[in-house]
Amino acid sequence: MSEKVLMKGNEAFAEAAIRGGCRLYFGYPITPQNEIPEYMSRKLHTVGGAFVQAESELAAINMAYGAATTGKHVFISSSSPGIALMQEGLSFLASAQIPLVILNVSRGGPGVGGIQPGQADYRQATKGGGNGDYHIPVMAPATVQEAVDIIYNAVPIADEYRNPVMILADGMLGQMMEPVILPELKEALTIEEIRRAKPWALTGHGDKRERNVVKSLLLKPDELEEHNINNEKKYQRMREELVRYEADKLEGAEVVFVAFGTMSRIVDEAIEELNQAGIRAGMIRPISLWPFPNEAFDKIDKSTKVVISAELSLGQMMEDVKVAVEGRYPVELIYRTGGMVPTPSEIVEKTKKILEVV
Amino acid sequence: MDTVFEYTRGMLPVNTTYCPGCTHGIAHRLVMEVLDEENLLGETIGVAPIGCSILSHNYMNVDMCESAHGRAPAVATGIRRAMPDKTVFTYQGDGDLASIGAGEIVHAAHRGENFTTIFINNAIYGMTGGQMAPTTLIGQKATTAVEGRKKEVSGMPLRISEMLATIDGAVFVERVALNSPANVRKAKRAIKKAFLVQQKRLGFSIVEILSTCPTNWGLTPVDALEWLKDNMIPYYPLGNFKCPEEVK
Amino acid sequence: MATHKLIIAGFGGQGVLLTGQIIAYAGMMEGKEVTWMPSYGPEMRGGTANCTVIVSDKKISSPVINEATTVVAMNLPSLVKFESMVEPGGKIFINSSLIGEKPKRDDVEVYSIKANEIAADLNNAKVANMVMLGAVVDKTGIVKRESVERVLEKLFTGNKADLIALNKQALRAWNK
Repeated sequence: MSEKVLMKGNEAFAEAAIRGGCRLYFGYPITPQNEIPEYMSRKLHTVGGAFVQAESELAAINMAYGAATTGKHVFISSSSPGIALMQEGLSFLASAQIPLVILNVSRGGPGVGGIQPGQADYRQATKGGGNGDYHIPVMAPATVQEAVDIIYNAVPIADEYRNPVMILADGMLGQMMEPVILPELKEALTIEEIRRAKPWALTGHGDKRERNVVKSLLLKPDELEEHNINNEKKYQRMREELVRYEADKLEGAEVVFVAFGTMSRIVDEAIEELNQAGIRAGMIRPISLWPFPNEAFDKIDKSTKVVISAELSLGQMMEDVKVAVEGRYPVELIYRTGGMVPTPSEIVEKTKKILEVV
Repeated sequence: MDTVFEYTRGMLPVNTTYCPGCTHGIAHRLVMEVLDEENLLGETIGVAPIGCSILSHNYMNVDMCESAHGRAPAVATGIRRAMPDKTVFTYQGDGDLASIGAGEIVHAAHRGENFTTIFINNAIYGMTGGQMAPTTLIGQKATTAVEGRKKEVSGMPLRISEMLATIDGAVFVERVALNSPANVRKAKRAIKKAFLVQQKRLGFSIVEILSTCPTNWGLTPVDALEWLKDNMIPYYPLGNFKCPEEVK
Repeated sequence: MATHKLIIAGFGGQGVLLTGQIIAYAGMMEGKEVTWMPSYGPEMRGGTANCTVIVSDKKISSPVINEATTVVAMNLPSLVKFESMVEPGGKIFINSSLIGEKPKRDDVEVYSIKANEIAADLNNAKVANMVMLGAVVDKTGIVKRESVERVLEKLFTGNKADLIALNKQALRAWNK
């Protein structure tokens, strides 16, 4: 275990990916995640890896795909509009069953939007983003330390399911500095390890095996249907195995907030203020946004008058909250959008207004 | 008895699904013969495009992956950086390379990526049904240019080899054609040199191959070869545009 | 006080982001919980810059604050922008070398420090932020001055090591 260091979020994310075994990074500059390609350009060649500044996010995701077809661990990052450009690749990788760890340091949208923190990529991240029947697990850290741990652990998860895994952070988490304890450095996989663990990988057949083909084209609809159904079984396994959340102070709560990432930290402080004002409040903090932690909502106490989805987006997560609540409690929304971030007191005031009417 | 002909181990013993008279089959075989002769089949990773030749991985006896439309040079870049000691190539048509993938090919050349691109120019979109490509000739009919391509609507056809030859990182650029036995032999020599350039890690190498598409041109296979000679070669002159000293 | 919430603001090039980082670093070395959150945007040098630093004995939830315990304004626009953020009874530090105006608030403690002049007396205009940091540390106790000095020793290494003495001197210069 290494000592505690003070690191900027973005640099800590990059270091976590390297320590998790990723030695290949392909990126394109976009705010607020530029420290990541900058860090990778300084660091990767010193650890036997490679950094390429791609000509676009389209090229970056496809470079990442190419590199990942060889079985090596690959990490990429971008921010909201750049992630939108990468959807072609993510859909392709999911169908071709290629592991990848991808980080979105998201900002306000839509369109070019702004560069301040946002969570309005919730739908893009959790509902596909690209074309076709597929899913990508999405993990949302709330602190720099949690992001480091999630990125580090995403590498084996991507391998386990042969699927991309997305980490949804935001500009605030990327730009802020917090103390972190960095995990142990893992070596990159050797060709021999890849050949053993990933028999599908493109390593050259060496005249020792049949050729490998990585593909996503299936022209016969019956074959494509079978392929999709097989992948769906895998997604079902993810739904059972990858749910992550925290549920706090639900017992006796009048109000239950649902919030993730940066917003969950602001809500946490708002809950303290509400408690001081004699209002009992708790929180469900989804860490996995897909699969969404529906089971957490069964723990909500009968004392609860309202469930509030608190987001840096216009009710995108609230759709999932409503599905999870299954009509048992009224669901309300507290939001800021476009890069605006509320203070804890602002959430307290809005909550009090909601409580007056429910 | 002397052996005068052998199948290359580079091609799998299956029938291709390409149309009668299509020159993809010849181009496939030339590439695979070269890799076989250089003893590289087991050490090669190929990238198939979107277009008719997405199916090339059904026929070529090397590890391969498909790529999204136009992105083969980016995919090959990723493979090259992950696997510095392998041989890497892309096989792309003109819709894939010259249109939707124009950015990717230019920047792979610009970075001097050490892989080889086989560029099939048949002046038309094949798989999607004969639409106009950036390489479609003036007056040539296409399903999106039914009266023939017009300069004032679509500009002049794009000469990819000439354009890429201006980029420092593209060190080997040659245009060949598959319209006659002599030209087929020249094409193979160019492909061999291109892979030699890659073996020596001298930079990006590309062979543009003028090819036929009898089906979408509406010609018989033999007439298509004549049409290529009479119409394509005058606009897309054959020859080497760039070759490093080391492989001359 | 269990939790210090400090905003330091100025124009780009005054070293306000670095000053905030030094406080966060020093707090971490004291075993406290810390966060440092910068404003970020298209401005580079000459634009406005500010950051929020929280140093606490307990786990920090929100990096976004309702009110600051301390505001440090290195130029006038920063004072105008952040004056209202200080909690009643909190502290405002003003770089009076560049700010002629007085704060409108009468429910806060105001410290006027001629940071640029003091730095100039030390023959290095660049240490104005360190002069201010010395005042902030001494008056708020957000971190110990010795911790800041240890950070400086870690920050300035190699051929920058001779800057340590100057910066330590600057830390003490505000009330001379």
